Amino acid sequence: MPARRRSTAAALLSLAVATAALAGCASKKDDKAGGADAVKINATDTACEVSTTSFPGGHVVLDISNKGSKTTEVYVYAAGDKIVTERENIGPGTKASINAEIKAGSYEIACKPGMVGDGIRQKITVTGEGGSTAPADPRLGAAVDSYRKYAQEQADATVPAVEAFAAAIKGGDLEKAKSLYAPSRTGWERTEPVAESFGDVDPKTDTREDKLEQGQQWTGWHRLEKALWADAKTGDDEKKLADQLVADLKDWQKKIPEAEITATSMANGAKELLDEVATNKITGEEDRYSHTDLADFQANVEGAQKAYELLKPVAAEKDPELARTLDSEFAAITALLAKYKQADGTFTPYDKVTEAERKAFSDAVNSLGEPLSKLAAAVVVK
Amino acid sequence: MDAENEQQNGTPAAAATATPDRAAVSRRAVIGWAGAGVALGVAAAGSVAAAVRQDDDPAPAANAVVGGEVPFYGEHQAGISTPVQDRLHFAAFDVSEKATRDSLVKLLKEWTRAAAAMTGGREVGTGAVPASAEAPPDDTGEALGLPASRLTLTIGFGPSLFEKDGIDRFGLKAQRPDALIELPTFKGDKLDPLRSGGDLCVQACADDPQVAVHAIRNLARIGMGTVNIRWSQLGFGKTSSTTPDEQTPRNLMGFKDGTHNIAGTDTANLSEHVWAAPGDGPEWMTGGSYLVARRIRMHIETWDRASLKDQEDTFGRTKGEGAPYGRAKEHDAPDLKAMPATSHVALAHPDANNGLMILRRGFSFTDGTDGLGRLDAGLFFLAYQRDTRKAFVPLQQRLAASDKLNEYIQHVGSAHFACPAGVRKPGEWWGQALFG
Repeated sequence: MPARRRSTAAALLSLAVATAALAGCASKKDDKAGGADAVKINATDTACEVSTTSFPGGHVVLDISNKGSKTTEVYVYAAGDKIVTERENIGPGTKASINAEIKAGSYEIACKPGMVGDGIRQKITVTGEGGSTAPADPRLGAAVDSYRKYAQEQADATVPAVEAFAAAIKGGDLEKAKSLYAPSRTGWERTEPVAESFGDVDPKTDTREDKLEQGQQWTGWHRLEKALWADAKTGDDEKKLADQLVADLKDWQKKIPEAEITATSMANGAKELLDEVATNKITGEEDRYSHTDLADFQANVEGAQKAYELLKPVAAEKDPELARTLDSEFAAITALLAKYKQADGTFTPYDKVTEAERKAFSDAVNSLGEPLSKLAAAVVVK
Repeated sequence: MDAENEQQNGTPAAAATATPDRAAVSRRAVIGWAGAGVALGVAAAGSVAAAVRQDDDPAPAANAVVGGEVPFYGEHQAGISTPVQDRLHFAAFDVSEKATRDSLVKLLKEWTRAAAAMTGGREVGTGAVPASAEAPPDDTGEALGLPASRLTLTIGFGPSLFEKDGIDRFGLKAQRPDALIELPTFKGDKLDPLRSGGDLCVQACADDPQVAVHAIRNLARIGMGTVNIRWSQLGFGKTSSTTPDEQTPRNLMGFKDGTHNIAGTDTANLSEHVWAAPGDGPEWMTGGSYLVARRIRMHIETWDRASLKDQEDTFGRTKGEGAPYGRAKEHDAPDLKAMPATSHVALAHPDANNGLMILRRGFSFTDGTDGLGRLDAGLFFLAYQRDTRKAFVPLQQRLAASDKLNEYIQHVGSAHFACPAGVRKPGEWWGQALFG
């Protein structure tokens, strides 16, 4: 489950790195950032000026100058406010640059002075000419198509599983509801980065209590998890929330065909799934009441592996050693997880996993996550 | 997971094909460039030029003085007889189950390259701000702009690297030195297995804690998949000096400790007591040294309630001057008969141990409090010696049996490592003589 916004410290750090990168590039006369082809955005406290509202797709560079008095952020949204790319924390008087892969289509650029609200919007059109609308390597295009199909299959399989979970709650069958909780999450956990790209689905379905924003009503899986395990309760509120979870996930299921998926987002999504495991599962924070963390862990790894397998033909060619390492690390972590699978198909409850065993999981996640973080560059660049 | 991963749908910088021509640039030089860029040319060209050092040549001669660099290459590993730095980050690693001899050798080579770069004040790999925006940077970046800060990185191999649970995992069993024993249990030990042992260790010492932590963090990251950190310890306030002309530092008990340590320049005592000599053991250890690391918890609160006399009796020295009982000055030769027989100095001094000496290089530590409101503090004891069986073991047996200090301390972590001779020149690597 995501923090909706990075902590200020993390965001400031990323800004510092971005600034250093820019400066480094400038001194090297880097031919990419700040080139003549870049789309320039002047962000002020009241305006969001774009140097051109129509430009060719493919690799796009957006050079942002914050000429206002407030720290700003800039988003590129596709229809329905799907985030295509964004940059946060652009301080007053500073510049930032976004490199993105944007396909032909209609978009909105939003500047958000003060980093709040819907922002000042500017419609833009990305044309097909000039830039390639598909990745240069046709195998990557095929990988993206296959991955979208996979994401759809996962969503299609999740909806009936969640309906069964909801039915058990509505029928007041506490034990059955508990047994259906973890399985209802599998498809979601496998493809979570895609779900998160929709922006609004994830906060409704997969937020933990400590990650709620001020004023946000707590809904979704973890709200029900707490009711079932901590409160042993299937009351009217829970029944309503169960219906809402089904509705929200049907919304997710419908959105998948329009998800922005690229080879880069697949590779980074795989890495992010491992980040999820490292941050939330290893600590037992994700499913703190049900202790079904290992089921989510397994699904995260499976989803990451799927993305990797689809990119592997290209990865193995461009960086054979990385591919060998990833093969070996995926096998190792899968074997480790298998040791915790019980006879009835469920995993050992995480509160029964010792500190030493958690260390072994943590080591395995680091061993896989580190090389996985190099996949995007290996596949897309070069 | 972040809902707003900017990389998710974007493909930053197709420019990542640019060659990493800044790979060997110094950390301070990078800041020079960046500073010029950020200031939009305000920085005078001269200051940029001044910040760029020609340090591509990793040979020690080129690096000897600038930026507080301790030469990485040499007959012995740096970080042993080197004048003790202010800060420590010590890490013990375990080799992962699936690692092989080959993957371990590959890692040791990578580590050596990274260690040579970091001790020279340079960035790891293609640096902290590489040309490619798509990949995570090789160097984690928190040492950018900081000088080498006399960073030394010292590697050691633990007994379990040679044989673990009866298994010779890497074909090294025959190369295990007899001196690399499993340390015996000493009276009063209360060792935490999670703070003890380890297949490998790296001692990072520097005058800046950020530089020491950066070094361990980057080595750990490079090692992921092959080794993982078993435990690590931060230290501050060196408790022993290898530079006797300087003031002897005080430990957390407020006493000067290690007055009679081996000086880094005392080649006779170093040869006699610290460096393994030809014929001592396997040839790969010649020029190396055996390291004992002990995490010694101090019962700070009860110590603080002890009277001055009790405290001085415990050490056998005065608290203010540090003079041995019966003498006036710290460095006066002690008269062991003048101090209580169970005082620390009376038991530990070379005169009481047939001239036995060890090179101490310990640091104080304070890891916050222990949950009971007591300081989790003490001495992270590090000692180098030619043969642990003839040095630390008999000494500690003697201390464990009757040292008055035991009332106020407890050994809670323990490890033993064989630190090989130095990497003599670029191209050689840590453990080369062992792995061949």
